[in-house]
Amino acid sequence: MDLFAANNITKQFSNHKALDKVSISVPEKSIFGLLGPNGAGKTTLIRIINRIIAPDEGELYFMGRKLVPNDIERIGYLPEERGLYKKMNVGEQALYLAQLKGINRNDAVKRLKYWFEKFELLPWWNRKVEELSKGMQQKVQFIVTILHEPKLLIFDEPFSGFDPINVNLLKEEILELQKKGVTIIFSTHNMASVEELCDHIALINKSKKILDGNVWDIQKTYKTNSFELHYTDYDGNLSDFLPPKFEVTDLSTINEHFISKIQIPKDARLNDLIRELLPHITIQAIKEIIPSMNDIFIRTVTQQTSSSVSKHEESL
Amino acid sequence: MKKIILIIRREYLTRVRKRSFIVMTILGPLLMAAIVIVPIYIATLSNEVKTVSVIDETGFFYEKFKDSETIKFQYLVSDLSSAKSGFSKSGASALLYIPKTELALPSGAILYSKSQVNINVKGYIKTVMSRQLEELKLEAKLRDLQLNMDAKLTTDDILRSIKTSVEISTIKIGKEGTEEKSYPEVSMVLGMFGGILIYFFIFLFGSQVMRGVIEEKTSRIVEVIISSVKPFQLMMGKIIGVGLVGLTQFLLWVVLTTGIVTIATSTLSSKLSSKALPEQLIKNQNPGLASATTFDKAIISPKENAEGMNEVLDAINSIDFPVMIGSFLFFFLFGFLLYAALFAAIGSAVDSEADTQQFMLPITVPLVLSFVLAQYIIQEPQGTLAFWLSIIPLTSPVIMMIRIPFGVPYWHILLSMGFLILGFLGTTLFAAKIYRTGILMYGKKVSYKELWKWLKYKN
Repeated sequence: MDLFAANNITKQFSNHKALDKVSISVPEKSIFGLLGPNGAGKTTLIRIINRIIAPDEGELYFMGRKLVPNDIERIGYLPEERGLYKKMNVGEQALYLAQLKGINRNDAVKRLKYWFEKFELLPWWNRKVEELSKGMQQKVQFIVTILHEPKLLIFDEPFSGFDPINVNLLKEEILELQKKGVTIIFSTHNMASVEELCDHIALINKSKKILDGNVWDIQKTYKTNSFELHYTDYDGNLSDFLPPKFEVTDLSTINEHFISKIQIPKDARLNDLIRELLPHITIQAIKEIIPSMNDIFIRTVTQQTSSSVSKHEESL
Repeated sequence: MKKIILIIRREYLTRVRKRSFIVMTILGPLLMAAIVIVPIYIATLSNEVKTVSVIDETGFFYEKFKDSETIKFQYLVSDLSSAKSGFSKSGASALLYIPKTELALPSGAILYSKSQVNINVKGYIKTVMSRQLEELKLEAKLRDLQLNMDAKLTTDDILRSIKTSVEISTIKIGKEGTEEKSYPEVSMVLGMFGGILIYFFIFLFGSQVMRGVIEEKTSRIVEVIISSVKPFQLMMGKIIGVGLVGLTQFLLWVVLTTGIVTIATSTLSSKLSSKALPEQLIKNQNPGLASATTFDKAIISPKENAEGMNEVLDAINSIDFPVMIGSFLFFFLFGFLLYAALFAAIGSAVDSEADTQQFMLPITVPLVLSFVLAQYIIQEPQGTLAFWLSIIPLTSPVIMMIRIPFGVPYWHILLSMGFLILGFLGTTLFAAKIYRTGILMYGKKVSYKELWKWLKYKN
């Protein structure tokens, strides 16, 4: 079941269209990656989900019904542009933000103590925000975002400003939250973390959604039936004996190992390749090359850009 | 509603706890008290003897003005015009003219002077005159009562019926004999004071709202907050919170200033009463009248008299106080609300305080204009310019406050209030539209054209 869905969302600003009939559906308990280059419209979409701005067209659904204003109390949002009042005390400020989310004061204190303890922030409770390091401020913001135990969490570039240790801490927390049944929308440029965390993605470019679905399904559609082969005992070119349809794209040497990349025809299988190779070389290792999300991202975005450029040229 | 209260609470508490707020709260009253006390103190230092010539056509006041160390009275028996022509050459510093009048209507007394009349002199004259008139009235009343035994009048009734407030207009005579009317000082001072106070508070706390919005924008907390509350709630919460800070500061100023002035004048007054005013005034009471002692005390407290504040008190009594205070609070509050919304809109449109200049101009022009025009308004508080400026919402908070002490028809005040409320609703709606777009815009130089576009965005 989808926890959240957006249907044909369009948002027009005076000079440009920020979103053009974008639809996404976020399955319950998934981690959903919202990807796209800068200025694609991700933040606009997220702001629409948070009811910060209203769409011109389109509907939003939450937990199987239309999204209503009170639903923002079930949504947690960590914006990309985030900060805290610098002159205010850390604890007092966290309490204030928690109460704005509708938690009563006593509950808020209890939960904050728990999370501050967990993130080793308790000694800083009575300090001013400006005395905290940037990483600590980010932790406070993260705590405030999840404190009201939302059903849906939206993180916009959550890892910016964290050191690697804290990035790991945060990732663990995110996975922990997912286990507890929270659905997470996750907007980022960091493709490695997408592969690591996300089950589903949607790719937005130039106000339009150009790709979406399950991460594994997408990778399957983008793979080219290529394999990376480590071998010894043959220093010639593999294409000398391979059938012409088996294309050798790359050759390199590491520690007396040869490494080749071979693309085989769509109807062929790995077994066919191995059968061809066995009489000639000693195989050390072989694995399928699965396109990284990074590659897919760059490829689809540049494709769309070049096609729109050529379209533009045609229209001229 | 609960959330907006949370926001108001935060805005209020963070500001009230600031060191600058505490410093201002202490310095303000010291300054204001100094303004009140210093002239009084200087008056105690002056040893110059002033002579006042008196032409008393009524004959009620002959020999009633007693000489003191600083004031001497001389009674003339010429008519006004010859006295005036002789006045500039005479050594007298002022000429008091009391025309023949009915006892019930003691009015028309004029004080001609060569320079600004000392407030002590004028205060003393007024006190003596009203006291004398009251005594005369009381005698008449008692005669009446003896003739008419049926009338059941309580002491209070009598006291009320004889209570008299004397108006003396002041005319300054120049070296060449030119006459220049001076304006009723107390109304002027009160009007100016009220107007300037509102002007000052709107600027001070309006720009605090603006800085608060800029702070939220530059610290990037704004998007965190508006994922929980509506931009409008955040804006109004801030405006109301800062407004309450202003009100708190104002009330603290009033309380502290009153405290300081009271303490300072009571220490000065012993010095004053022995010097500036004749002892007889205090002792001179008619022992034959049963209630004389009480009403004398009630009407002329010797101490107030000694402070030379009687004139001020008299004038204050003549002003409709509930209207004055009520309308001050109203114009103070709504004037602030109207401008604060505009200040908030500016704060939302810029990235730093340095960028506010271009947008500040349209806001400061009406405010500064009403401030600059104040001196003309005071000379003609019932004129057409004064009327229109006190109706137009952007200038009305300052101008109406200047006009009210001079006496303004109620329908003017109500009309002005009505327009001010409309103006407040208008600017708030306008500001809210700019605000909700502006707070989410970073790193963009905004022009008026851009603001116009924001106004047209659908929510």
